Amino acid sequence: MLAKTDCSLPTPKLSAILDKYKKSPGSLLEILREAQAINGYLSREILQLIAEEVGVPESKVYGVATFYSLFKTAPTGRYIIRICESAPCHIRGAQDVLAAIEKTLAIKPGETTPDGKFTLEFTSCLGLCGVAPAMMINDQVFGNLTGDRVREIINSF
Amino acid sequence: MAIYRSHVLVCGGTPCLLKGARTIRDLFQQEIDRYQMTDEIRVVETGCLGPCDEGPVVIIYPEGVMYSRLQPADVPKIVENHLYKGRVVEELIYKEGKAGREQSGPPGVTLEGEKYLDRQKRVVLRNCGRINPDSIEEYIANHGYKALGKALTELRPEEVVQMVIDSKLQGRGGAGFPTGLKWSFTAKTQADRKYIVCNADEGEPGTFKDRLIMEGDPHSIIEGMAIAGYAVGAEEGIIYIRGEYQLSIERMARAIRQANQYGLLGKDIFGSGFNFQIQIRSGAGAYICGEETALLESLEGNRGEPRVKPPYPGVAGLWGKPTVVNNVETLANIAPIILNGPAWFRSIGTESCPGTKVFTMLGDINNQGLIEVPMGITLREIVYEIGGGIPGGKGFKMAQTGGTSGGCLPMEYLDLPMDYDTLAKAGSALGSGAMLIIDDTHCIVDVLKNFMRFFCHESCGKCTPCREGNPRLYEILTALSAGTATQAQIQLMKDLARTMQLTALCGLGQSAPNSLMTCLRFYADEIAEHLNGECPTGVCKSLATKSEAV
Ligand SMILES: Cc1cc2nc3c(=O)[nH]c(=O)nc-3n(C[C@H](O)[C@H](O)[C@H](O)COP(=O)(O)O)c2cc1C
Ligand code: SF4
Ligand code: FES
Ligand code: FES
Repeated sequence: MLAKTDCSLPTPKLSAILDKYKKSPGSLLEILREAQAINGYLSREILQLIAEEVGVPESKVYGVATFYSLFKTAPTGRYIIRICESAPCHIRGAQDVLAAIEKTLAIKPGETTPDGKFTLEFTSCLGLCGVAPAMMINDQVFGNLTGDRVREIINSF
Repeated sequence: MAIYRSHVLVCGGTPCLLKGARTIRDLFQQEIDRYQMTDEIRVVETGCLGPCDEGPVVIIYPEGVMYSRLQPADVPKIVENHLYKGRVVEELIYKEGKAGREQSGPPGVTLEGEKYLDRQKRVVLRNCGRINPDSIEEYIANHGYKALGKALTELRPEEVVQMVIDSKLQGRGGAGFPTGLKWSFTAKTQADRKYIVCNADEGEPGTFKDRLIMEGDPHSIIEGMAIAGYAVGAEEGIIYIRGEYQLSIERMARAIRQANQYGLLGKDIFGSGFNFQIQIRSGAGAYICGEETALLESLEGNRGEPRVKPPYPGVAGLWGKPTVVNNVETLANIAPIILNGPAWFRSIGTESCPGTKVFTMLGDINNQGLIEVPMGITLREIVYEIGGGIPGGKGFKMAQTGGTSGGCLPMEYLDLPMDYDTLAKAGSALGSGAMLIIDDTHCIVDVLKNFMRFFCHESCGKCTPCREGNPRLYEILTALSAGTATQAQIQLMKDLARTMQLTALCGLGQSAPNSLMTCLRFYADEIAEHLNGECPTGVCKSLATKSEAV
């Protein structure tokens, strides 16, 4: 077991989050979302602390954190590129866009660039199919992608 | 409110915003100010106008002229000619497939005289593209909250339920379950608390209607939820919006705040003694959470794994309390039904499936976007009339109706009326209303592989048929595209698909093999060719192309 009072833990911030949701049962997703915003991912220590404070087994918190694709239990790049691989984007040439990203960043889906700037991931439909192929970079949405456009977008980050 | 002689409605739906709609909006205002027409002409950011692929889109009222693909340089032209001199700028007007994409000859129909909006009937999207979604005043000015007022002050809860039953409205989230009947279960169940949950987790590939309804007319959903609450005796509403839909979350949150300020939510609404409040919760990226019981699990802070049904949520839902779960589009239909009556609603659409349906048209089609049409419209009308046909002179291969969980229909089914019953009989589904059109350059095996990958990825893993079945189907399809599959494996796929349909715990696993089953039936030849080591479209790179088959 890891020490629970690891000094690198953002305890004050986390306590504030836990306080906020103390009275609302069922808020584990909200807690995890806000806790993740502190460091960009949910470390084992943070999950342990949350479990303890909320009063549920650590296995349950870990189970929830790993179920949802927007939660990360390991560090990622500063920018997470999520490229849609669902059928409507596939039909409209998502592979070419993916190939352009892979070439520009020299990484494959699931990998992070060595400088820690970008992580590339697949996602299912983002509800942007009206402008397929589409992707998100963190909270920003992009549509009507082509190889050229996606290179431009990545270079602008 | 001041009287304006013209309104410039700039689409502020996500697809248009992505193409610079805000810049266009600001330029309009700037030019109008420059011509000193500020008091005469109002610029409004509104919800989706429909042809999302042609953005940025602007519509000018009272003429109702729609301009599309606007560049900043076009704005001064429109302001000078249209708004100042009264001359419409022909070359910028929205035309089907404006990109100059060549249209294929649609079999048996003429395009002449058909206009995009003329073919539509807007009930759910009544305000989308007409009002400013951030303004409760504009919603109210367009009969907003009138239905809630009528329900609370003139109707008893059971009368509201009866009206919805009589309207024959079916849930628009995919399954098409009768909404009135669903409400009646919850209304009948005694409990200290009940909930109304709006399912806005929209994740079915190809579906973006709920996003654009929320962005374009958030109050219509609030009004529908409050009426539902009154009808079944619930005082709490929750909207579960997928985490990626930031603009939807923002606009819904603003609308809820406004409704509270106006006393249209909160305590003692319209002095009727009825209390109702709404909170927003958001998902964290899991398609399965759109399934109603998985959604409830997620609201309780758990992994989004479906529950065994029965009990159904209507009787034992959130925290074990009776809960109505309805889709965004279903709820947006409620106010018009209460206001205009069930008979009016039944006069639209088909006998067994009345009303309209919001479809998203996408894939190999000239006019990608959002449309609302009466139930029972044919696929041919959608593809060749409203959709403007298939780009690049290519041929129609198939339409996948109802999203990736739906099924695939070939050319012979183009004249099938689109409603829940007819499509189910054809082995497909109306589902969420996504219409993915696929042209004849695509390979059946390749698209099927894509569909199955989706289910492999999104299966929650709780039950074996789905957790194990999807990867096996994907494996066999991969073997087919590599030319290593055997006839026996095709039979195995059929058996496995059937087993999944019969034994999977929830709708995901049950419907995952739908597209595969329909394709095995309608495209048996193309699949047989793959068994013989040939891919007629040349998409499967390790196989030979049979030139005359294209
Ligand atoms: C895998 C799966 C995903 C679903 N996703 C959604 C969804 O995103 N939105 C939705 O409204 N219904 C979805 N449904 C249907 C819901 O379970 C439920 O039937 C619906 O929300 C009920 O509302 P309605 O009667 O108004 O359609 C999904 C069902 C399954 C099996
Ligand atoms: S059918 Fe699939 S998604 Fe549904 S419960 Fe079973 S494993 Fe989960
Ligand atoms: S399929 Fe890619 S955004 Fe919907
Ligand atoms: S978002 Fe602008 S037309 Fe649909």
